[in-house]
Amino acid sequence: MNFDFSDDQKQLRDQARKFLAEKCSPKAVRIVLDGKTPYDKELWKGLAEMGFLGVAIPEEFGGAGAGHLELCVIAEEMGRANAPVPFSSTVYLAAEALLIAGSEAQKKKWLPAIAAGEAIGTLALFEGKGNPAPKNVKLTAASGVLNGVKKPVADGAIADFAVVAARTGSSGRDSDISLFLADLKAGGVEVKSLTNLDPTRGQAEVTFRDCKAEPLGPAGEGWSILTQVLDRAAVLCAFEQVGGADRALEMGRDYALDRIAFGRQIGSFQAVKHMLADMYVSATLARSNSYYGAWALSTNAAELPEAAAAARISATQAFQHCAKNNIQVHGGMGFTWEFDCHMYYRRANAMALGLGSLSYWEDQLIDRMRKKNAA
Amino acid sequence: MNFDDTPQEAEFRSQARAWIGANAPKQYEDELRKSSLGRTQLKNADILGVAKAWQKKKADAGWACLHWPKEYGGRGASPIERVIWQQEEGPFGQLSRMFIIGHGMCGPTMMAFAREEHKRKYLPPLASGEKVWCQLFSEPAGGSDVAGLRTRAEKDGDDWIINGQKIWTSGAHYSDYGILLTRTDPDVPKHKGLTMFFLDMKSPGVEVRPIKQASGASDFNEVYFTDVRIPDHQRLGEVGDGWNVSLTTLMNERSAIGAAVSTGFPELFEYCSNLMLDDGPAIEDRAVRSKLANWAVKASGLKYTSMRAISALSRGERPGPENSIGKLVAGSMIQDVATYALDLQGAGGVIGGEDAELAGRFQAMLLRAPGTRVEGGTDEIMRNIIAERVLRLPGDIRVDKDVPFNKIPTKGRG
Repeated sequence: MNFDFSDDQKQLRDQARKFLAEKCSPKAVRIVLDGKTPYDKELWKGLAEMGFLGVAIPEEFGGAGAGHLELCVIAEEMGRANAPVPFSSTVYLAAEALLIAGSEAQKKKWLPAIAAGEAIGTLALFEGKGNPAPKNVKLTAASGVLNGVKKPVADGAIADFAVVAARTGSSGRDSDISLFLADLKAGGVEVKSLTNLDPTRGQAEVTFRDCKAEPLGPAGEGWSILTQVLDRAAVLCAFEQVGGADRALEMGRDYALDRIAFGRQIGSFQAVKHMLADMYVSATLARSNSYYGAWALSTNAAELPEAAAAARISATQAFQHCAKNNIQVHGGMGFTWEFDCHMYYRRANAMALGLGSLSYWEDQLIDRMRKKNAA
Repeated sequence: MNFDDTPQEAEFRSQARAWIGANAPKQYEDELRKSSLGRTQLKNADILGVAKAWQKKKADAGWACLHWPKEYGGRGASPIERVIWQQEEGPFGQLSRMFIIGHGMCGPTMMAFAREEHKRKYLPPLASGEKVWCQLFSEPAGGSDVAGLRTRAEKDGDDWIINGQKIWTSGAHYSDYGILLTRTDPDVPKHKGLTMFFLDMKSPGVEVRPIKQASGASDFNEVYFTDVRIPDHQRLGEVGDGWNVSLTTLMNERSAIGAAVSTGFPELFEYCSNLMLDDGPAIEDRAVRSKLANWAVKASGLKYTSMRAISALSRGERPGPENSIGKLVAGSMIQDVATYALDLQGAGGVIGGEDAELAGRFQAMLLRAPGTRVEGGTDEIMRNIIAERVLRLPGDIRVDKDVPFNKIPTKGRG
């Protein structure tokens, strides 16, 4: 047994951390936050050059073919740097959907473009309020055209293509849902940016009007593929969240050491120390659950669905907890636009909703644990 | 990152499994599996006798104190092998409860500080369970402030004379030996005037009085010392160096990290899976599911945190202060889990013991839980350890640090 990343993977982590520290400072993140550009194009190009976008894409499709453990390592650093790029929508959702269900031709068309930083992809699943569920998919697909409205679609305004969940049946079963690949730059698509909790990763409303689209995977298998995509993305997002939680903890700790009040470092007060200790505890539990998820993801283990849900819940809670209490440690300063605390607070709370809410994943976890116990 | 046994580990596992299969006291398996957390009891057998017999059998076949050196009664096994053994031993591992203090803390302290002839004499019978050891640190006025202890040791020729009182001593009522932290110099600051010994608990002047706990059980004791004589060769470490010796003991507590911490979660999940509420099965209830999911990820988080720690140990790293999170998280979780399990029982939750649902398992858990949050360091001390030694935040302000011990105030008011 060796429950840790390898030395090579740790080296990759150091490399990614160094790269992001240089190219993705809080100042750079703020350019996107302030709405001056929808994402950091330079950083995106740099990530492609470093091979980070295609780290888990096989070499035959233009990637580095390293694997999912390596992608987990990169994801953690993306979260730590709060990177304002469409990484999760393109790499965890669109690329994973293609890897799971894409035809040879579809993979050849999109995966090398993703790895090269030339195509941004996303998943168009949600239609307003509600969690992932077949009954919430109203957009229809008939005779190869899509009609309906998806929102929020992560990075929808800048994406080149989307994996779209569509209704192709009315039996009331999961098999009513099929997936399609839609080129968002072609006709029949209207995109509108939405105001959102975390402007460093945009959200959009995407309207499809007789938009031509090709099937992704077999008809009627859409929900089962989506479940796999969401599970894989849950693990990868968990690493981003762990990275973000760690960074928020670090910021809080550093401030507690620097700031003097009542003649002492505020980090010498037990109330503050204990708050930071609790942040460390939740970040550590989340990291350990995520490691288990990484193992399950990289080995495609039967435990993946349960491990993914556990990683998702744990990391969501940890990031929210650390981001919230980082502001508390900073006191009034933490509540200002000028300090960086709110960027992590925004990201933590936006990420908590992106793949379905916490309560959705709680349900998933309990169902999966029951299934395992019954087996 | 992988969970598979290496061929060597697989070989060890199959040997352990075969031996346990052929030798474990199977007649108690079911009872041990169902015993309530923190309290192992056997209805129709003397638990200490059963535990000693199992430990002796293990020792004779080379399965006792796996990580200890062979010459002291161990096996020289790796940290991973210890974990494999624990996994295979399963519920029978609960029988080792009586030996935890001796094996986990007293033994390693003896190994580090006792004379060679003492190690060879005392350690093998400790490993085999023939002799039970306890640890005499805490005092009524001490609590978390261990170094504030008042039990005096005064030199008298080749002996030391001990007078004072200890408290919260687990298992003192059935222990044969103990390690004892005393004050040998009250004129210097508190950490500097301490000295460690080991002693025979049957020595004249040692009196053990069991304490009845909030749960009704008596696992701990008060121990009184009246003119107890300890020969100087039973001193562990230098005179005045007792604080450092005791740190070794406490550090060793952490290396027991392979041991799975109990959280109460598997019990609660099983309970909720079978429970009917007024509105239907508990496991279908939104609120119940949310609670369960929250505790599930804490329990799994702890499990994989300890696996990460074991991986680090097997690379030769020392167990660090970050391992304090196990007890910190599990302690309050057990308490919350038990409270919730009783809440689900409604008014009936108040009924305890054999009259209660599941033979009062959750009621017993609830009454034992406060102790878990205090023993071996309170939640607050655990948080301080994480804050100071992991996050490197400033230490608490200690106004008594440089004050001679006998000048430190002893009362808050009046």
